[in-house]
Amino acid sequence: MNKAATAKECVAVVGIGQTKHVAARHDVSIAGLVREAARRALDDAQLTWADIDAVVIGKAPDFFEGVMMPELYLADALGAVGKPMLRVHTAGSVGGSTALVATNLVAARVHRTVLTLAFEKQSESNAMWGLSLPIPFQQPLLAGAGGFFAPHVRAYMRRTGAPDTVGSLVAYKDRRNALKNPYAHLHEKDITLEKVQASPMLWDPIRYSETCPSSDGACAMILTDRAGAARSPHPPAWVHGGAMRSEPTLFAGKDFVSPQAGKDCAADVYRQAGITDPRRQIDAVEMYVPFSWYEPMWLENLGFADEGEGWKLTEAGVTELDGDLPVNPSGGVLSTNPIGASGMIRFAEAALQVRGRAGDHQIDGARRALGHAYGGGAQFFSMWLVGADSPAA
Amino acid sequence: MPEVRTAPLVVEFPFTRSLGPVQSAFLTGLRERTVLGVRGSDGRVVVPPAEYDPVTAEEIRELVQVGASGTVTTWAWNPAPRRGQPLATPFAWVLVRLDGADTALLHALDAPGPDAVHTGMRVRIRWAAERTGAITDIACFEPERSEPEQSAGNGRQPIPHDGEFADPVTGITTPARLDYTYSPGRAQSRYIDALADRKTIGERCPSCRKVYVPPRGACPTCGVATDAQVEVGPRGTVTTFCIVNIKARHTANLDIEVPYVYAHIALDGADLALHARIGGIPYDQVRMGLRVEPVWTDDGRFPDHYRPTGEPDADYDSYKELI
Repeated sequence: MNKAATAKECVAVVGIGQTKHVAARHDVSIAGLVREAARRALDDAQLTWADIDAVVIGKAPDFFEGVMMPELYLADALGAVGKPMLRVHTAGSVGGSTALVATNLVAARVHRTVLTLAFEKQSESNAMWGLSLPIPFQQPLLAGAGGFFAPHVRAYMRRTGAPDTVGSLVAYKDRRNALKNPYAHLHEKDITLEKVQASPMLWDPIRYSETCPSSDGACAMILTDRAGAARSPHPPAWVHGGAMRSEPTLFAGKDFVSPQAGKDCAADVYRQAGITDPRRQIDAVEMYVPFSWYEPMWLENLGFADEGEGWKLTEAGVTELDGDLPVNPSGGVLSTNPIGASGMIRFAEAALQVRGRAGDHQIDGARRALGHAYGGGAQFFSMWLVGADSPAA
Repeated sequence: MPEVRTAPLVVEFPFTRSLGPVQSAFLTGLRERTVLGVRGSDGRVVVPPAEYDPVTAEEIRELVQVGASGTVTTWAWNPAPRRGQPLATPFAWVLVRLDGADTALLHALDAPGPDAVHTGMRVRIRWAAERTGAITDIACFEPERSEPEQSAGNGRQPIPHDGEFADPVTGITTPARLDYTYSPGRAQSRYIDALADRKTIGERCPSCRKVYVPPRGACPTCGVATDAQVEVGPRGTVTTFCIVNIKARHTANLDIEVPYVYAHIALDGADLALHARIGGIPYDQVRMGLRVEPVWTDDGRFPDHYRPTGEPDADYDSYKELI
């Protein structure tokens, strides 16, 4: 490790809070929603508002709820008065990027303890509308996120020869995992593989049950330095690596099935964390899978499988809760999707696993976990790798 | 230099708000001609009420009723009201500290001109005739010409209020509208102009030699201007596609019947695919590699859709780099 790297402060996650994600939280304002998650994160860390030095917040584009710069109005609810407050914008990956900006503030010793939070209250708007604005001179063809991503799923199937049932296996797994997660939005107690496979085809090859829901929810984490971690009442999760990468939405040579920015981002995180064989060294993965087929696609992009082989891991049950590489034990984005928060939920769920605090969806003995998010037209990537052991140890 | 096109773009949506307990009490109160504030941990009365203490961040729920009259703390004259503003005639934006409150509320003051407005002037609420539980239940403020009424809540001291009302308002609709003048820029204007002659014009990057369709004036990979126009197509290859089975709401494609095929088409000579609808073939027979050509309608700016040319399908290796 070079001198600059060793000079960084070690960063620990000592508090995690989520709301119970649901289709519509009519009982709270946006302020009330974010407050609930932040309060639970503080309680988990046994800290108070006065212990927080700065707040870093993220959400999807303002059009989604129609509140311009909501962070300004949320300063009271998040105890940010008199403190630095930053907003991060990276579309669907924003929850992950937000956590990384907060991490870097602690790593750089700018602040000692930072509250980071992401949210979306989808019931106040319509994301499909927000993603399909009638831009002049453009042919009105957009069909929301599903219509955008479905052709790329077909391209993956053609490239790898994966059987068309693989997507349904992912959805069936994630929806069953969600039953073990009290915060997950969808709790489909009578889910069966047959029901997934019989659900309507929305954007062929993507079926209704292979699509994420629309949720109201927030997720918060408390990040702190070594001294803060030493005072933590519960085991912390340590950040072993974190990175973001971007690329244009469209360019000649863009590989939508396995974007270069995603590969580069993962490679950077693994290098920081000393991971040389992700499949063997990582115990659990929380990856951003808004449409079921993105599980095998990201398994390849993130280096868990060779190109063309990701679907075989899914088909063989490797990514099941009891498989040797559990993916989305929480139920994932397929079960819970408050868009801006979805990336942070991935990061937080990875941290819960290595803290041993994931409850019924805990992977026994998880020591290292990867949190992953992507956004825009598969153009923004953010990831972190967290561990049960301090990287300094 | 080609003409750069412009067109209006209206972004409009009826956003909804869940109010939560404090805003619910405040807006329901306005419906009942009662202005509520909340007492902070330092004893100050905040109007409109906040859910969380601006000083300590603690949850605050001690509601109080304040007066319907108050004092202007500062103001700005608005000589040309816009659509959707509280008054159609020129008015003053005012911050009013209502009697019993420690903070000021933003609203409109109906006054004949800027000479009639001053900081420190006494004003009172003019209630809307029809009230629904919204900030517009206060139609505006007006100069106070008589002594303040001494009825409940109109004195100088705030009085405790439980915030309870029959039939509380818990959610509101807040329509938002943004009016833009949109310009696609020079490169896309050239592309649109060429479409009028039923030609598809891309632009070649001088550095990597890739042909961009539609052109955007610059190569996103090399970061240099693309100024060489290249005609591409009209034929092309379907690189990938999906079959759309659900009707989009709130979008301009309401008139497209489902199912339809939404395809990525690499026009001959282009280095990335554009997106279009496929017709002239049953939707379940569309396939990757299908060779297609544009179908124009008399009034269309774009090809209405693409249809099979009848050529043999393109070999996968010939277009796999374009997916």
